[in-house]
Amino acid sequence: MSDDEVKNPEKPGRRYFLETVTGVVAGAGVCGAAWPFISSMNPSTDVLAKSTAEVDLGDIAVGEAKTVEWQGKPVFILHRTPEQIAEVRKSVDTKDPTPDEQRVQKPEWLVVVGLCTHLGCVPSRKDKGWFCPCHGSVYDNSGRILSGPAPKNLILPEYEFLTENRILIGKKEG
Amino acid sequence: MSKLMSWVDARFPLSKFIKEDLTDYPTPRNLSYWWNFGFLAGFVLVLQIISGIFLAMHYKADASLAFDSVEHIMREVNYGWLIRYVHSTGASAFFAVIFIHMARTLYYGSYRAPRELMWWTGQGLLLLLMATAFMGYLLPWGQMSYWGAQVITNLFRATPFIGDEVVVWLRGGFSIGDATLTRFFALHYLFPFLIVAVVLIHLVALHSVKSSNPSGINLAEKDNIPFHPYFTAKDFYGLGVFLIIFCYFVFFMPQFFIEADNNIPANPLKTPTHIVPEWYFLPFYAILRSIPDLLGGVIAMGLSVMIFAAMPFLDRSSIPGGARYRPFYRVLFYVFVIDVIVLGYVGAKPPTGVLVVVGQVSTFIYFGLFALLPFLSIKEDKWLRKRGLPAEVDVLIKSESEEIEKKAKKNT
Repeated sequence: MSDDEVKNPEKPGRRYFLETVTGVVAGAGVCGAAWPFISSMNPSTDVLAKSTAEVDLGDIAVGEAKTVEWQGKPVFILHRTPEQIAEVRKSVDTKDPTPDEQRVQKPEWLVVVGLCTHLGCVPSRKDKGWFCPCHGSVYDNSGRILSGPAPKNLILPEYEFLTENRILIGKKEG
Repeated sequence: MSKLMSWVDARFPLSKFIKEDLTDYPTPRNLSYWWNFGFLAGFVLVLQIISGIFLAMHYKADASLAFDSVEHIMREVNYGWLIRYVHSTGASAFFAVIFIHMARTLYYGSYRAPRELMWWTGQGLLLLLMATAFMGYLLPWGQMSYWGAQVITNLFRATPFIGDEVVVWLRGGFSIGDATLTRFFALHYLFPFLIVAVVLIHLVALHSVKSSNPSGINLAEKDNIPFHPYFTAKDFYGLGVFLIIFCYFVFFMPQFFIEADNNIPANPLKTPTHIVPEWYFLPFYAILRSIPDLLGGVIAMGLSVMIFAAMPFLDRSSIPGGARYRPFYRVLFYVFVIDVIVLGYVGAKPPTGVLVVVGQVSTFIYFGLFALLPFLSIKEDKWLRKRGLPAEVDVLIKSESEEIEKKAKKNT
């Protein structure tokens, strides 16, 4: 302790300064050392490399639905008929009201993640949409929730048309 | 906060523990930096457990996947290279720290009464550490991993009558294979936690007998100072120095402790031309090779590790302190250290020509020193008593023991 501190113990002196600086540096060091460990639990580069899926739409007939895999999740692709489009464009009064126009890039192609927004089961195809076997949520041909416990419409993945008949689901990361 | 503390204290001796065993724990004021290595060993243990758990999240204990999963960790997992190099360098650091910790104990005679149980729990920790390191070395499933495990499991063939059966049982097959790898992984994950348990016993024993000190004399209260802040500061300073050296190896020489051949996947049909164990096993490996007989070699190697436990019996001296006040013992200690280094060198080289003889002579010296100790320590004791201890030591011993006696009288 310096003389100053002995005479005036109320005033924080060199010792206080050194203790604080040591504490801050040590704390920053521990946080820095923890980061690689935390980061190692994030998806590795080989997983990130598989973050997109390219799908050929040519073999999906009008009125047919196909399930493809993207990031380990099912994605429903529905080639909608003009009647189906007309029907979903009429009704917007659902639990999570969204006009169909905002849910598709091209009216005849619906692309949605095939996981129920309730607890993540895979709904099965029913004539007018999808029906979740776990807790009975019902979705229409725009993937919008009609009834059941699910709070939201089926999630739309990011995708782009590469050509007329090919889409790329997902966005490259990293 | 203080309310919470008193609630806990009514149910669990938390404040008492912090005060008596951490902050106010009485510690000899003359401890040198050689007394840092127990703390460092504890730090490396924690580092190995943490890095090991994170590696296990990405590693696959399957003979067909293990090697590739290590490459996956190195190339694809975020900071996987860092975590693996911390773990592989950490293994070497652990042994380096433990060997220095042991050398300090031997030099300063810290194994002597009343600290025999510390020494023996430490001996148990050394065995657990060796087993853990050996099993961990198989997991990357490289050529050195495979053939190291092959050679060491084959040592158990020396078991009388049922040797061959024991080896097959250990491996779970007729050779090192998938079954061996999965059991080694399971045990490599378990053993560190056994080490933690034994470390706790080691520490309970320490806090009952308290630290030894360079003088080797039992110090009275006046020469003890609280652990915090004096030795927390000293330990953490030492940790900083250790981490600088450790990080140098992790970041600049990460392959230094990894044999090049271990980057070749295990091949049961081809032994590398020259197989060597990790550096920390070399002296014991050299002793094994020096005995031209399987059973004899295994016994000699086992004995070379376990003989440390006999130190409290072999050392018959009544002179306080270790090598500091004991010239004969000091010579013995340095000869031993040099001998171990020579054995390590011999173990790293192919067993040909003059090195075979050097290995055998060093093995003889290794055990000879332990055999000599009882006679030498008695002789030395007599010689020192006749000649008289250095005057200042005599004075110190007297004053310290008077203090301790005075305090004991007061308490009764």
